[in-house]
Formats: sequence, structure tokens, C-alpha cells
Amino acid sequence: MTIPIVWYLVLAAVLFCIGTFGALTRRSGIAIFLSIELMLNAANLTLVAYSRIHGDSAGQMFVFFALAVAAAEAAVGLGLFISIFRLRHTIDVNRLNQLRW
Amino acid sequence: MLLIVFSLLAGAAVGSAIVVVLHRNPVVSTMSLVVTLVATAGLFVMLGSPFLAALQILLYTGAILVLFLFVIMLLNVRRERTAVTHASGMLVGAGVCAVVFAGAVVRLFWAAYSETTVAPLQADSVSLIVVARELFSTYLLPFEMIGLLLLVAVVAASWVAQKGEAVESPKPPAHGDPR
Repeated sequence: MTIPIVWYLVLAAVLFCIGTFGALTRRSGIAIFLSIELMLNAANLTLVAYSRIHGDSAGQMFVFFALAVAAAEAAVGLGLFISIFRLRHTIDVNRLNQLRW
Repeated sequence: MLLIVFSLLAGAAVGSAIVVVLHRNPVVSTMSLVVTLVATAGLFVMLGSPFLAALQILLYTGAILVLFLFVIMLLNVRRERTAVTHASGMLVGAGVCAVVFAGAVVRLFWAAYSETTVAPLQADSVSLIVVARELFSTYLLPFEMIGLLLLVAVVAASWVAQKGEAVESPKPPAHGDPR
């Protein structure tokens, strides 16, 4: 038997919501970043499942580009964290409130 | 058999995702994100894209998460005792929102795709030739742009990480362990 394709979509939705919860509630900038990676990963799973449903490789191409963009985003974001940590000695997002008002 | 494999992979993915979100120690969070990503790579294989599964393991767990681990150990984040969240009321609110959102999305997916069945995988749909041909013909321009984006990101990341040090300490920093 084959697995019903909707199960993959449901699993991706659950993973995405776990990631959303983490991004909304965590304090440490690194942990928020990890949650965002989790959400990206869930979206990739959805795209691959759609690619399977429609028998089209466009979804796989999108995941390929999303992986590359995630690599670029991680490099820039972690560079920013290093820079912020050197200036402020913390990456707790509750204490990084210069731009808030 | 497929059902058992799917259940194992899905359980590992969801369980380690919860650990990623809830654990205090960022090193443990990162390592359980590795488990989630490898389980998702297994699901990619089951969905008929082994190329993406290999890329996922090489790029995500091999490069990005190693970068995360380097930064975590460089910044010594463990010291900060990062609790999960702000007030517990906000935590509960965010949890309720996440569950409601998940329910809505699952309901939508179920309404749209619960009767969808897919044909069994064919050998030529799994092969790398199709993917490579698409990548270098239809998606050639995005492919080149991704190369440019990665170059810009590398330059920007190294510039940003270096600039903070120059601003913070005018005197030459001591080599070795600055803190």
C-alpha cells in the first residue's frame, strides 16, 4: 500500500505550527532562528508533496532554491548575531529593544 | 511496511521538533533539529525525490547546523539561562493560537486532498536526469541568481561580523580567547 498523500501535508502543517510557536515564544535569538529553520523545512515538505501529487518537478526546483536561500539567510543572520553579541553581550531579544520606539 | 517507516519518520520529526522548541540548551535544540531534518530527508525519499534528501542532509545538517553550532559555542549562549518565554499567559496564548492554526490548516488540507491518490513511483520520475534538465533549462536564470545571492550573502556576512569588532574595540584585541 502507499501512504495517503494528505498525511504528508498534515505532518508539514503540524511541523510548521510547532515552528511558529517556537518563533513566537522563545527569547534567545538563536532559538528563534532554529524555529524559523523548522518552518522552512515544513514548507519544503509541503512543496515536495505537491510535486508528487501533480507529477511535476517544479516543486522540487522550488525546494532546491529554498535550500540555497536558507543557507544565505543563516550565514547573514548568524553574522548579525555575532555582531550584536559583540556590541551588547546578549542576544536575548527582550533586551534588544533599541529599535522598538 | 511503508506505513511503519512513515510512522517512525513522522514521530521522530514531530518529537524532535517539540524538543527544538522547548529545550533550554541551544546545543540540544540544534542537535534535535538535526534529527528533524534527517527524518524529513527520509520523507523526501518516500515522496520520490532522493536528490533533495541528499541535498537536505548535505546542506542543512552538514553546513547550516554546523554553522549554528559554531556560533552557539562562539557566543557561549548556554550561559544565559534562556527560559522558554515571557509571561506564562503569553505562552498559553501562543500555544492555543498554534493549535487552532494547525487545526485549521489540517482541516483545509484534509478537505482538499483527502481523496487524492497518486500513482506509484516510476523509475524515470525519480531519476536525477529530469531534475537536472529542468534546472539547467527552465530554471537557468534563477539558478544563476542563486549563485549571485550566495556570493552577496557571504560577503555581507563576513563584513557584518567583522565590523562589530572594529566598532567595539578601537584598541587591538588580544588574540586567542577574547572573553
